[in-house]
Amino acid sequence: MSPVRLASPFWIFLGIVAAGYLGFWIAMLAATATYTSPREVVGVLLSREILYATILSLVTCTVSALLSALVAVPVGYLMSRRRFPGHTLVDAALDIPIVLPPMVVGICLLIFFQTRAGGLIEEAIPLTYTVGGVIIAQFVIAAAFAIRTMRNVFDHLSPRPEQVALTLGASPSQAFLNVTLPASRSGIFAAASVAWARSLGEFGPVLVFAGATRMKTEVLPTSVWLAWSVGELEQGVAVSLLMIAISMIVLAAVKATGERI
Amino acid sequence: MIEIDHISWTPPGKGAAAILTDVSIGIPPASYSVLMGRTGSGKTTLLEILCGLRAPDAGSIRIDGRDVTFAPPGKRGIGYVPQDGALFPTLTVREQIGFGLRMRRVPQSEIQSSVVEAAEQVGVGSLLDRLPQGLSGGERQRVALARALVVKPSILLLDEPLASVDEETQDGLIDLLREMQRSHGITVLHVTHSRREAEGLGELQWRLENGRVVENTRLS
Repeated sequence: MSPVRLASPFWIFLGIVAAGYLGFWIAMLAATATYTSPREVVGVLLSREILYATILSLVTCTVSALLSALVAVPVGYLMSRRRFPGHTLVDAALDIPIVLPPMVVGICLLIFFQTRAGGLIEEAIPLTYTVGGVIIAQFVIAAAFAIRTMRNVFDHLSPRPEQVALTLGASPSQAFLNVTLPASRSGIFAAASVAWARSLGEFGPVLVFAGATRMKTEVLPTSVWLAWSVGELEQGVAVSLLMIAISMIVLAAVKATGERI
Repeated sequence: MIEIDHISWTPPGKGAAAILTDVSIGIPPASYSVLMGRTGSGKTTLLEILCGLRAPDAGSIRIDGRDVTFAPPGKRGIGYVPQDGALFPTLTVREQIGFGLRMRRVPQSEIQSSVVEAAEQVGVGSLLDRLPQGLSGGERQRVALARALVVKPSILLLDEPLASVDEETQDGLIDLLREMQRSHGITVLHVTHSRREAEGLGELQWRLENGRVVENTRLS
């Protein structure tokens, strides 16, 4: 692009829109970061309740991200490589958790585990209002994002090497495991990271399905909500800053893989 | 001997146009045939059907008298070299060439010696521990050729194997392909749109146009 073209009013207008949007975000983050003193932030983050919520968030997000990756790899591969009757419908259905209001997902979970089938699961592994429930609530939404990422990853991997592997005597599963899966390592990491980040911010379904019991099912978004609801703004801001920092790290890690999300 | 008998294929979907219509070709054993045609004429689709990567809507494929129309790709005795080589991105040259033998559960010691021999034959013996990302276009094609030949197929299918290399490399690869076909005594079907390649390599030439065979020429 020549410098003359770059300076045209059209590109300047687009640049202003982009700068305005980004500037608004930076201003919000800066305002949040300067709302309270670093000493106060450290004090809040080292409190017993917030430490518990932080550890629970890190553990549950990691488990739900791993579960999401385990589901996203086969589903993403299937949707990318095979065309079958109802493919478009299944594709749309897989995106339902992305478009549903999060609170509705929590209500659906709660109602499902009141049914006969859900009750049987609940008898084997108690989930409602437990740490397991936190993981399930995070997983149901995070997995949809991971599937979308993995499908994109497989769409961008040529099927030719797999096909050559088939002509060399590999079964479809051997071709997948020996050729495609190793080639999609960075994509799997990106999908798991997206699922992790999504789980970290999940609030609605966690609140409805797992509750907001301090030192039991309280995760970081719940901490922000609990602090806010009783007017402890500093505590809410401190936890929010921690979540912003974690999200930035995850975003940098995903960008480092070079995968599109 | 490859017998392609009245093969037709139309992509799924309402109103889709046929890619192959009633294609019949007979390729004698141990010959080097060239299949020519413009982009979109159905050449690659026909190779995919021969490989077993796509099932035809009608017609049959026989290889050495055996009906393989619906046989899995690995059970047809076919070696396949796609346009860009389609090397496995995370495997070294050694692992690429040995892949087919490993899938056939050949003992490791035998794999090692066969890989070294195949690599030397195509001139990539010094590249065995390299990954595909560091190889030139010509080296990639040589590796792909060794990978296809090491399992001793009776038929070799080449899909525009010289399309992504410069002219000088093409000359070297043309000599190599001719030499490999003679030394291995296999039946080769080479897809190209280059007359130069066709004349430099083929004994028999077939031309596809809009999914139909329109010409069959004996070149030598």
